[in-house]
Amino acid sequence: MAQIAESGGGDHGKGKKRAKKGSTHVDMTPMVDLAFLLLTFFVLTSTFSKPKVMPLAYPAKPKVTDPKPPKANNVTTFILADDKVYYYRGEFYPKSKPGANGPTVLEEANFGSGENSVRKLLASWNEYVIKNKVELDKKLEKKQIADSTYEKKLNDLTVEREAVKVLIKTDDKALCKSFIDLVDELKIASIGVIAPTDLSAGEKELLKSKN
Amino acid sequence: MPKIKMPKGTPSIDMTPMVDLAFLLVTFFMLTASFRNAEPVTVETPSSISDKIIPENILMVTLDKDGRVFFNLSDAEARKEMLNNMLQKYKIGLSEEKIEEFSFMSTFGCTMQELPAYMNTEAAKRASFPTKGIPSDSTKNELLDWLSFAATAAGNTGRTAFEEAKLKGGEPKMEDFKPKFILRVDSKTLYKDAQKVIDVFRELNLNNLNFVTSAEAIPVN
Repeated sequence: MAQIAESGGGDHGKGKKRAKKGSTHVDMTPMVDLAFLLLTFFVLTSTFSKPKVMPLAYPAKPKVTDPKPPKANNVTTFILADDKVYYYRGEFYPKSKPGANGPTVLEEANFGSGENSVRKLLASWNEYVIKNKVELDKKLEKKQIADSTYEKKLNDLTVEREAVKVLIKTDDKALCKSFIDLVDELKIASIGVIAPTDLSAGEKELLKSKN
Repeated sequence: MPKIKMPKGTPSIDMTPMVDLAFLLVTFFMLTASFRNAEPVTVETPSSISDKIIPENILMVTLDKDGRVFFNLSDAEARKEMLNNMLQKYKIGLSEEKIEEFSFMSTFGCTMQELPAYMNTEAAKRASFPTKGIPSDSTKNELLDWLSFAATAAGNTGRTAFEEAKLKGGEPKMEDFKPKFILRVDSKTLYKDAQKVIDVFRELNLNNLNFVTSAEAIPVN
């Protein structure tokens, strides 16, 4: 075959046959375009963060045979109604049977970070636990105590007498958002005892007079 | 004066390193991206400071903003067991093929009566299937049955996985293999509706619930 080609070539009698010179460059531009198109697609569609979960233990359903639970001290009750948050501290005293400081009055709070915000209120009420938790955190950081000991100590701390315990009650119009927000605030204030319960008749009445 | 020689021809840049880089990034994103399963409902979860990542073996109840209830069990094998138990209890027939398909689906929500029709709907159209979700009223509590069968089935598969992990060596904790109970609510869901579902969980003595939230920065004092 080569011979045929040579004979047909005519003039190219002497010297070696040279390969055709010229650039071997391939135009990469379309490839770059494509690569960046794909890149953009994956950047925009991928989600990095897996959703997080917030654990919350509910009280077990009481059995009829259960003895009445002992009165816990330092209890604060939060009531979520519509888009408002109310609270009162201590036990509930209806108007007909007022306590030492008169009947219970609902105070209003908010989810901001200024005056009367849930965060500020909780931080001042639960100062004891927060202060002790800082010390525990320091110990954990210096590896003076193990993780499991830390958990246990923190757990013990939140049920102590001085620690604030919280009841959460909701009315029919409360949104899940405010509930989660409230639980979140409680966790920020390192409150360990959180119990969502139902409104009592007296509280319902008090709430009605508020609106 | 000598003239400045202008370069002839078109200026060309070597694109090869750029292509290398671009494809490297493409590969990275392709491999790290995980595609979400199609969900029949979109739920906008509230945010919290919690940094606990959603666990593996889960039972998840989803509530949309109208209070419709949807359910998801993560483990395929447990799903099959749960579905078979449900079909038996409600005396509803479903083909082997559909049962297999069900075990690889994710969140679903319909009454047991609607289930055959729901499964016969094309996968892409299930999101718009007209349903009121899984009934969880005290008169007709299908959610309770789903949950109780699911908890048993997921508990069994969790135990098997634990035994397997133990054989492989290491010191697995049983706690990590137990099914976790997740509640996914929309920000606008009424708490009253969520409470109905929570009460169903509590009825089954499942008191440790987890709320799905999106991450939020921890406030600094």
